[in-house]
Parts: sequence; structure tokens; C-alpha cells
Amino acid sequence: MDLVGLLVDLLPLALLAGVIGLDVVSFPQAMISRPIVAATIAGAFFGAPVAGLVCGAALECLALEALPVGASRYPEWGSASVVAGAVAAHGASATALPRPGAFTVAVAVGVITAWAGGWTMTRHRRFIAAFARPRLDQLAEGQRRTVVGLQVFGLTADLLRGALVGLVAFPPALMLADWCDTRWGVSDDVTRAVVVTCVAAVAVSAVWKDFHAISGTRRLFLLSLAVGTALVVMGA
Amino acid sequence: MPDEIPPVPTGSVSTGSAPAEAPVPVLGARTHASMYLRCLAVQGSWNYENLIGNGIGFCVEPALRRLPGGVGAPAYRQALARQSAYFNAHPYLASLAVGALARAEIDGAPPVRIERFRTALCGPLGSVGDRLVWAAWLPACSLVGLLLFGLGWSWPAVVVGFLVLYNAGHFALRQWGLRAGWKHGLRVAVALGHPVLQHGPRYIGRVSAVIGGLALPLAVHRAIGGGPPLSPIPVGVVIMTPLLAALLVRLQGRTEGWRAVLVLLAAFVLYSVVR
Repeated sequence: MDLVGLLVDLLPLALLAGVIGLDVVSFPQAMISRPIVAATIAGAFFGAPVAGLVCGAALECLALEALPVGASRYPEWGSASVVAGAVAAHGASATALPRPGAFTVAVAVGVITAWAGGWTMTRHRRFIAAFARPRLDQLAEGQRRTVVGLQVFGLTADLLRGALVGLVAFPPALMLADWCDTRWGVSDDVTRAVVVTCVAAVAVSAVWKDFHAISGTRRLFLLSLAVGTALVVMGA
Repeated sequence: MPDEIPPVPTGSVSTGSAPAEAPVPVLGARTHASMYLRCLAVQGSWNYENLIGNGIGFCVEPALRRLPGGVGAPAYRQALARQSAYFNAHPYLASLAVGALARAEIDGAPPVRIERFRTALCGPLGSVGDRLVWAAWLPACSLVGLLLFGLGWSWPAVVVGFLVLYNAGHFALRQWGLRAGWKHGLRVAVALGHPVLQHGPRYIGRVSAVIGGLALPLAVHRAIGGGPPLSPIPVGVVIMTPLLAALLVRLQGRTEGWRAVLVLLAAFVLYSVVR
């Protein structure tokens, strides 16, 4: 692997991971941090948007399961999807699907990085609380500078957190994908089928569970699944 | 310039018992825009001690400049201190609180009343927002994104389609919240009865179920390469996916799907490289 090339890729990727990681909670929550967007942008950034899109769609199926509710700890899909999209794009051409080893590793790395990113978010929140604690008197006095400063501090720290996640996760993920690709012993078709089956099962179970409280929804889902499957068959 | 409106004297407008027809003070385009943009960063200093409290203070601050004496005066500082205390809400619906709290401060509502009002707002804004946005709108748009992908749309079209759809709802909700909050002030509970907030999740849920059912087979087909659907590999996927999904539903509460997928993928990677 070309070390200089890796470094050249790493810095903009970290910046992208930072900006997209910021979107998850802090600013502006416009969902550029959703996998289907973030991984595609990362793939496009590395010259293989379709590979990024396929990886993003796979991770989006997983992300359907985890609702980003309040103070609960949930996977941080933003910067993780940037890393995964970049790994999926590795070795792929602009219009090609991701290479089998890179695709599998990208999805697995996306999940691991999202889990680790969720952990960094909880640390980040504690970090802000620790930063705010000595300034509580100033907040109680209604000092504008403290209120604005705390907000800017939190935003900046979150940007750096996302960038750091990208910076730490990308090099080993890329090396692993590279290593796996040279030793991959399963055909492209079967590899894609295995990965896609896993993520699609999570998506199906997520939709099934999410809408259980609304009467008739599960029947609608089953019916439309049948229609969707028929559309695939008829499109052949 | 709308922002040149003179400050409203503290206590000049009664609250709580005020008639519903009480005139709504003009917020001013620049102040409104400033508050709206700040609302996008309301969670910027989210932490486990005062949650989005500081963010609320940050968002309300442009309106507080209109208090008697302006920035730095006692009224301004006391109001900013009140608004920067502990608060929790869904981030999008926090704009409703921001508008309502700004109005209450400008109207000169008694501090004790504002504090009680803040406390009372947390629960409804959290639960309504979570149900409408995180549990309904976001999954619905996510499934639309997968549907566009499955229909073979190009990557920019999928990305733009998803972002435009999602953010049409997102930005509109924040805008509505800020306006409704400012309009109703301490009587903002009226706005929480809006039909979209009350019934939206149910309708969005039903539509999502239909979109999800259509999207998943199409997206799976494209992701596996889009070959002949009746060949062994796609048929295998069609058989295995519901079986695995049923297993994940049964395992609900014991493990999450993404964890199970990680174990399966790790095993598959090992198998593929040692084979």
C-alpha cells in the first residue's frame, strides 16, 4: 500500500468524517450523516460513487433499526459511513459495484466504527459537561459570552470527534480490505448475496418491529413485500 | 428594518390569563433568521448535566436583546440565565420551546411561571418529536431512499431525493415550531394539538410499511448485482432473508440486529480468506 497516497487520502477523509459526524447530533441534523448519503459522498470522493452507494444502502438497512432517541447510546453512523464508503470504493471504478472483499469489510467496519463512534459521543457529552462545570456560575449570571462559548466549544469538539473517528478507523480498515481482497476465496455473487441477506434481514425485522403499534401495518408491509418481489421478477 | 422595533417594556403584556386574541409582537426578520439558524445547532453543547439547556439559551438570546436595557442589562442577564438552565426536548421541536420562551420573556411573564412552563414543556416536546421524527419521518425517508436506490436511480438522484424529502419536513417543522411558539407563548399547548403532531406518526407509519415492502426487494436485487431474479442466488436471498429476519424478531430484546450481522460478517470474512 502506498503510504503517501494513504496520507493524502486521510486528511480530507477525516475532514469529511468530522463534518458528517457533526451532523449526527450537533449541527444541522439534516441527515447528511445517514449511511445512504454519507457513504455515497465518501465513495464519490474516492472516485467510486456507485460502490459507496451500494455500501451506504447496506448500512442504511442496519441504521433503520437504531433510532437516535435522546440520551440513549446508539451507533454513530455518520463518520462510520464515511469510513465504510471510502473502504468500499477502494479498488472500484466509478460505475462498478464494490469488490467483494472490500464490500464485506466495509460493511463490517462500518458497524464497528458506528459502535465505537457511539461510544465517542457519550465521552464527548461528558467532556462538554466537564468543560461547563467550572462555568456554571457564569451561566447562572446570564453571561452571553459563556453561553455562546459553550455552544461553540461543543460544536468544535464534535467536529474534531468525528474527524478523529475517521482518522483512526480508516487506515486499518483500508489495510484489512486490501489484505482480504487479495485472499478472497468466495465468488463476487455469493459474497454480495451473503452481505445483502444479512443487512436486508435486519431491515425487514426493523420495519416489522417499528410499526407494530399501528394496526394493519404489518399486513400492509407483507402485502407490499409480495408486490415488491413480483416487481423484481417481472422486471427480469 | 423589522429589527429596529423598540423593546417591549417588561410586564407590559399579561400572560397566562391573557386573552387568545392578544396581539402578537413582531419578532423581526433578522431576529427570526438568527434564532432559526441557532435552532439548527441547539444540541451543540448537549451534555448529561443540563442536556440542551445551554442550547435553548443560545437560541433564545437574539430575542432577549429586545428586553429593556438591551444586552448586558439585568433583565437580559436574568432571562438568559433562566433559559440556559436544564432543558430537554426533541431537537426539532425545541424550536417550539424557543419561540414560546422568547415570547414569554419579551411579554414579561413572571420568572417562576416561565420556569414551571419550561419544566412542563420537556416531556411533551420529547415524546411527540421522537414519535413523529425519529420513529416515523426518518425511517419513512430512509425507506424512500432505499426505494430510489432499488429503482435504479443514479447516485446523485438517490442522495438528493432523500435529502430533499427529509429536509422538506425537517426544516418546515423547525420553522413552524419557531413561529407557533412565538405566536402562542405560554399557551403553546394549543400548537401541540396540531393534527400532524397528533396523527402524523400513524399515517406515516402506514405509508412507510408500504414503501418498505416495495423498497426492500428492489434494493436487495440491485445490491446483489441485478442479475436474473429466478437464478439460484437471488432465490436463495429471497428464502434466507425472511428466515433470518424472523430469527432477529424472536431475538428482540436480547440482541440488536447490527450486532448479529457483525458476528455473521466476521465469520464470513474469516471463511472467505482461509478458504
